[in-house]
Amino acid sequence: MSNKVIYAIYNDDDILMDAVKQTRAAHHHIEEVFTPFPVHGLDKAMGLAPTRLAICAFIYGCIGISFATWMMNFVMIQDWPQDIGGKPSFSYIENMPAFVPIMFEMTVFFAAHLMVITFYMRSKLWPFKQAENPDVRTTDDHFLMEVAVNNNEEELVSFFKNTGAVEVKVIEKH
Amino acid sequence: MYTFSSKLKTFSIILMAVGLLGIGYGFLTAPKDIQEVEKILASESHGGHGEVKHEVAAEAEEADTVVADHKEVEAAVEATEAHAVVEGHNEVAAAVEPTEAHAAVENHSEVSEAAEHEEHLTHVLHQLQNKPWAALYVACIFFMLISMGVLAFYAIQQVAQAGWSPVLFRVMQGITAYLPVGSVLFFIFLVLCGLHFNHLFIWLDPEVVAHDKLIATKSGYLNFPFWIVRAAIFLIGWNLYRYYSAKNCLAQDESNDDSFYKKNFNISAGFLVFFIVTESIMSWDWIMSIDPHWFSTLFGWYVFASFFVSGITMIAMVTLYLKSRGYLEHVNTSHIHDLAKFMFGFSVFWTYLWFSQFMLIWYANIPEEITYFITRIELYNLPFFGAIVMNFLFPILILVNTDFKRITWILVMAGVVILAGHYIDFFNMIMPGTVGDRWFIGISEIASVLFFLGLFIFVVFTALAKSPLLPKRNPYIEESKHFHY
Repeated sequence: MSNKVIYAIYNDDDILMDAVKQTRAAHHHIEEVFTPFPVHGLDKAMGLAPTRLAICAFIYGCIGISFATWMMNFVMIQDWPQDIGGKPSFSYIENMPAFVPIMFEMTVFFAAHLMVITFYMRSKLWPFKQAENPDVRTTDDHFLMEVAVNNNEEELVSFFKNTGAVEVKVIEKH
Repeated sequence: MYTFSSKLKTFSIILMAVGLLGIGYGFLTAPKDIQEVEKILASESHGGHGEVKHEVAAEAEEADTVVADHKEVEAAVEATEAHAVVEGHNEVAAAVEPTEAHAAVENHSEVSEAAEHEEHLTHVLHQLQNKPWAALYVACIFFMLISMGVLAFYAIQQVAQAGWSPVLFRVMQGITAYLPVGSVLFFIFLVLCGLHFNHLFIWLDPEVVAHDKLIATKSGYLNFPFWIVRAAIFLIGWNLYRYYSAKNCLAQDESNDDSFYKKNFNISAGFLVFFIVTESIMSWDWIMSIDPHWFSTLFGWYVFASFFVSGITMIAMVTLYLKSRGYLEHVNTSHIHDLAKFMFGFSVFWTYLWFSQFMLIWYANIPEEITYFITRIELYNLPFFGAIVMNFLFPILILVNTDFKRITWILVMAGVVILAGHYIDFFNMIMPGTVGDRWFIGISEIASVLFFLGLFIFVVFTALAKSPLLPKRNPYIEESKHFHY
């Protein structure tokens, strides 16, 4: 089986949105859409599942506050409970107000950084990554929809011509 | 147009009636003199105060015993030494001496104990007499400041030219309709304080000021005429803005251009400047001066955060109610979502200020500042830390979820907790300086809240029924109708 795909190229985000809706209605499987900027509502139109990145961030924040609490409890209360300026180091709760700034910052630090790293990993981004750009114009002013071809090449080409595409290409993909 | 449902009207009138009865009961059962206080203390001898009394008595007894023991030992030593010389005589003297000394000590401690007891009774009497007044004061200022919080939010929305909120402007104007009513009642209350009907503000008592250097040096600022004139200026200023802003908003509906809208923009900007200055002074005058020995610089912001988040929560509650009754067709879940985000954000803001004030004072532990928190932690432990749970932990865990911000019952639950939490917050600010350890959330407190809640509902929904719930010609109304997040 050949790995043919169709590149339907648009030059307006409104036309792209309509095309995506039509393609979905016609039950053609959209492999990918490339846009130069975020198109509001595109994910909904494509039927993409909502991101769970916020849930990750919440969990990372919980880890951060737990780590900060454990660390300061061990250092300041368990390991070497010195009297520093009369601060009560008998139990964690008694000296807690002094720890809150660190607990807060660590929560934010863990939530933010681990979430960003999660984002990079999930979207497979790293410094020497090979760019996966099907058409250089998609980073400037064109929009590209990639749709798989299953022995229905002519039908698909005429379908995308009708959706307002400025260019429809059939590409052999490896 | 909204019509005030007769059920809600009856409900609010019942609240007011029950509240009035409870308030009256609170005033009638407050003790009138020391004898009554003594009876109260005796009847609750198993409670907190009885224990303190016992302790005092036990301490006195202990002191007596120590003294007596000491004397006996001395006598014994003396007796041993003198034994060789004159046995019989010395023993008699030794026996007489300790008895006399003991009696003298006992006499002395009895006198000082009686004076102390008297002083204690007067102290408790003042606290118990303050209790119904303080309960009324907390509820009165709380509901008035809620409508103030809504007014500030409304002014900010006007000045920020927010595109989402114009469909909610009439709801906000309806809630701020409580402001004139609330401020009149509040002002009367302040005048009553000045006429010595109660003892909430101790610096209003010339007897106290005469014996208190700290307060006396503040009397250039804390004196009744200046204080009451300030209050009058603030209340009149706020009410003027409310009046003209609502009037212009209605006039804009019927006009052919945007001149009234622009006028509202200008007076809102002016009001916000006036508000932030008066708000700060208001918090010193009406809340911080309850504890005239204590001061805090971020207190004004802290009070602001408390009533601002309550005001936003109140907007959300009234909006949800009207929406559920089918009166706000253009309000969608995105508007609700935005209000919920504000509830969430300002709950965190309140916590930030609460903690900043607490932690700075706790950390430095300067005696003249820390007493404020020692009183609260020792005597008001549950309300003091409970307010953090209700105003921070609960909202942050519930409202952090995007989906939850659109679910009515979750928002109503969170809103009720936030409003109750900020009532407790005002309770914590006012009660320790007025009733001290005699606090209780009993009939006077609940009745006062019920009365003002009933009045609030009555006034707000009467006002809501007076003008259409959708502004017609606001420049942002179309955007607001189609607001989607």
